[in-house]
Amino acid sequence: MAANMFRQCPDSGLFFHKSAESLMKAHAVFGVVYLLLGGFLGLLVALTRMPSLHILNAEDFYLALSIHGTAILIFWIIFFEMAVLYFASSTLLRSRPATPGIGWVGFLLMVIGSTLVMVAFFRGNSSVMFTSYVPMPAEPIFYLGLILFAVGALIGCFIFLATLVVAKQEKTYDGSIPLVTFGALTATIIAIFTIASGAVILIPTWLWSLGFISHIDPLMYRTVWWALGHSSQQINVAAHVSIWYAIAAIIFGAKPMSEKVSRTAFLLYILFLQLASAHHILADPGVSSTWKVFNTSYAMYLAVLASMVHGLTVPGCIEVAQRKKGFNNGLFEWLKKAPWANPVFSAMFISLIIFGFIGGITGVVMGTEQINLIIHNTIFVPGHFHATVAVGTTMAFMAITYFLIPVLFRRQLIWPNACKWQPYLFGGGMLILSLFLLGAGTLGVPRRHWDINFSDAALQFQFAGTAITMMGIAGLGGFLAAMGGALFCLIAVGSLVFGKRLDPGASLFSSFGFPMAASCYNIERPGKLGLAPVEQTGDGGIQAKGTFVLALVFLAAFVVYFFINAKYLSSIWPMG
Amino acid sequence: MSILPPSQKIWWKEPIHGIEMMWIIIALIWCLVLFAWMPYWHVYGKQNLSNESYKTAPEVFEGKANAMAKAHTVRTDPKSNIPVVHPPAGSDVYMLGRLWQWWPILELEKDKTYRLHLSSLDWQHGFSLQPTNINLQILPGYETVVTITPDQSGEFAVVCNEFCGVGHHTMLGKIYVK
Amino acid sequence: MQRNEHQESNQEEEPVPGMQQLLDNPFMLLFLGVLFPTVFYILWGIMEIISIPAVK
Ligand code: HEM
Ligand SMILES: [Cu+2]
Ligand SMILES: [Cu+2]
Repeated sequence: MAANMFRQCPDSGLFFHKSAESLMKAHAVFGVVYLLLGGFLGLLVALTRMPSLHILNAEDFYLALSIHGTAILIFWIIFFEMAVLYFASSTLLRSRPATPGIGWVGFLLMVIGSTLVMVAFFRGNSSVMFTSYVPMPAEPIFYLGLILFAVGALIGCFIFLATLVVAKQEKTYDGSIPLVTFGALTATIIAIFTIASGAVILIPTWLWSLGFISHIDPLMYRTVWWALGHSSQQINVAAHVSIWYAIAAIIFGAKPMSEKVSRTAFLLYILFLQLASAHHILADPGVSSTWKVFNTSYAMYLAVLASMVHGLTVPGCIEVAQRKKGFNNGLFEWLKKAPWANPVFSAMFISLIIFGFIGGITGVVMGTEQINLIIHNTIFVPGHFHATVAVGTTMAFMAITYFLIPVLFRRQLIWPNACKWQPYLFGGGMLILSLFLLGAGTLGVPRRHWDINFSDAALQFQFAGTAITMMGIAGLGGFLAAMGGALFCLIAVGSLVFGKRLDPGASLFSSFGFPMAASCYNIERPGKLGLAPVEQTGDGGIQAKGTFVLALVFLAAFVVYFFINAKYLSSIWPMG
Repeated sequence: MSILPPSQKIWWKEPIHGIEMMWIIIALIWCLVLFAWMPYWHVYGKQNLSNESYKTAPEVFEGKANAMAKAHTVRTDPKSNIPVVHPPAGSDVYMLGRLWQWWPILELEKDKTYRLHLSSLDWQHGFSLQPTNINLQILPGYETVVTITPDQSGEFAVVCNEFCGVGHHTMLGKIYVK
Repeated sequence: MQRNEHQESNQEEEPVPGMQQLLDNPFMLLFLGVLFPTVFYILWGIMEIISIPAVK
């Protein structure tokens, strides 16, 4: 393979292979298109769930919610993840991607599949939510579209694995693969299980919709479907944790506190994270408590342990790097002096904090077998996953996009001031949305529900006034978040179209006045990707004390919130 | 640098930071507490998920619900025309979900224990008892049996919290506790 | 097996610890990552669903 297929980014020193570069661009751009569509419908959904506005009629609401969930959770996230896989394999290992031609076939399948699903939605007979629980039927092209999309994504996963093999054979790097690539490998492995489960359930369901199969068992459907639905969220976790590590390296030159610990944590993800698909089956009949307890706890919470470890080591490695730079006063100088105006950092850090403190804690609490009784299918659930996937994953992807626009697309970011504020607008709006959905859910407000005042129902029921108020405030938060999301799409697309083309050698992010880590910046690299430099001083003396304090605060919040909910559970009708 | 290969070829033997190790131990202990809490609550807690369920058919379940209603209807709700059923304390009681109602309306006695049978005749529904906030997934073809002891009196609503088509938000049932 | 392909460092003389070998082996990880959830979640779950008794 000719060396001239590579381009070195003169600022970051990263190497891009031409074919991988175009694949990354195509996937990322398509992803953003779905983010825009899904975000717009999210706004309509949020405003409809504001009892005082209630803007859509029932039919449109259920359609909009079906599209919102599918376009944003499945299409935006997975398109972008494919771009991350090409980045983590081809770019970070400085290898040619294996079979880029087939990569385009995968991309095309994803485009066709997602388009078919959208066509099914807009024809109006497939407002079944992204979960499409049988026996509520959607049109056959809905299932077919999902299947094609999944096959396309599966192809991307295999190309990632094949690229690891190519890089190893062609010896493009020394030693072990970088931690970020290892995290992407974790995501890929989970994705392969996820997509296989999806095929096992969606292909029969498609045949059922065509009339070739007479019956799909609803419990079987739910169990296998959630191996797809929940595991796909675990792909996101692995992917965004990898991005956190990548950004810590890019902005701070941080090295992992310990390769051994971080990689073992990823191994725990590989083994146990996917078991938590059982979260969704806790309130179902038929499966035993033994199965529920073992699976919902990821085999004794070992995957939660892994997340708690990443939650310490990511900010911890940033702290160590900052302290080495001299921000060594007190517990938190390292954090105060972090580049809060740099959206690459701020978006990543907001992603980390909200994912952990809100998404993580609420997720474990509602995934506790019995506590799920007071939470299943309430609006608490969307409150939880907007903290995980809309902040955790989406903001991590936004952060890396701010980095990739100059590095990959070689365009200057437009509107530097808007770039500075966008993460706070989106993150802040989402925080409000999440918290108030969580609150309303605690009071029993159902999810996926057009009218919690039950005006058209034959019987009457009134939710507590607080619940109604909280839905209203959540809607305001949703509005702010949607503005932040729209601003992101404008900046991203605007920069690609109108952003100044960067000359080779233009210093990256010149418009912001913040550099990347010196170790990342304009480095000359030898023909082969060498090992990371060994730190001269060693970091034996420098401890991540501030991070440890943050971790203890987190633990305290976790314990308190858990037992509050246990107490709440003990107040409902005795049952068994 | 996490975006470069590890600086040691053999990184497995590198020592672990003190703070990292301490956190791993603390986190592991908390994880084990969380895990132990679930079996603990099965033994000592009063609110648990039912492990009793059966495969059934819509006609069969509807038949049982009809039989109960026939024997114990005390009046009919005027607006919805749904019968209000007052089954004997401690008996087997039935509530079915269908597009878009919970049927029938139940009248239960406070602090008496009932075996509540739930199933759906058509699509999936969500049994969400408000405001006490008990939430169960209801599937067609499966009958869940929950042993339940209402310990508050009053009027309770059964909201459907699983999306079940355009009438989903009108699907509301009632349980009275006296 | 590929130890002799690297010339430089003397670290190479040491055998790679077993856990590191596992973590460096994507296909072994893929195997484990599919095996665990398939056995514990899918197969066990399906067995339970199949064995739900019919109502009397
Ligand atoms: C742009 C701002 C957003 C707003 C205002 C918003 C608002 C909402 C609201 C209010 C709901 C709950 C509706 C209900 O259950 O009745 C919802 C559902 C949902 N949202 Fe968002 N959201 C936004 C962004 C996102 C993002 C970025 C993601 C994921 C990447 C996401 C994923 C979902 C999913 C999966 C559902 C569940 C759909 C279902 O129940 O089928 N949302 N959204
Ligand atoms: Cu319903
Ligand atoms: Cu419903």
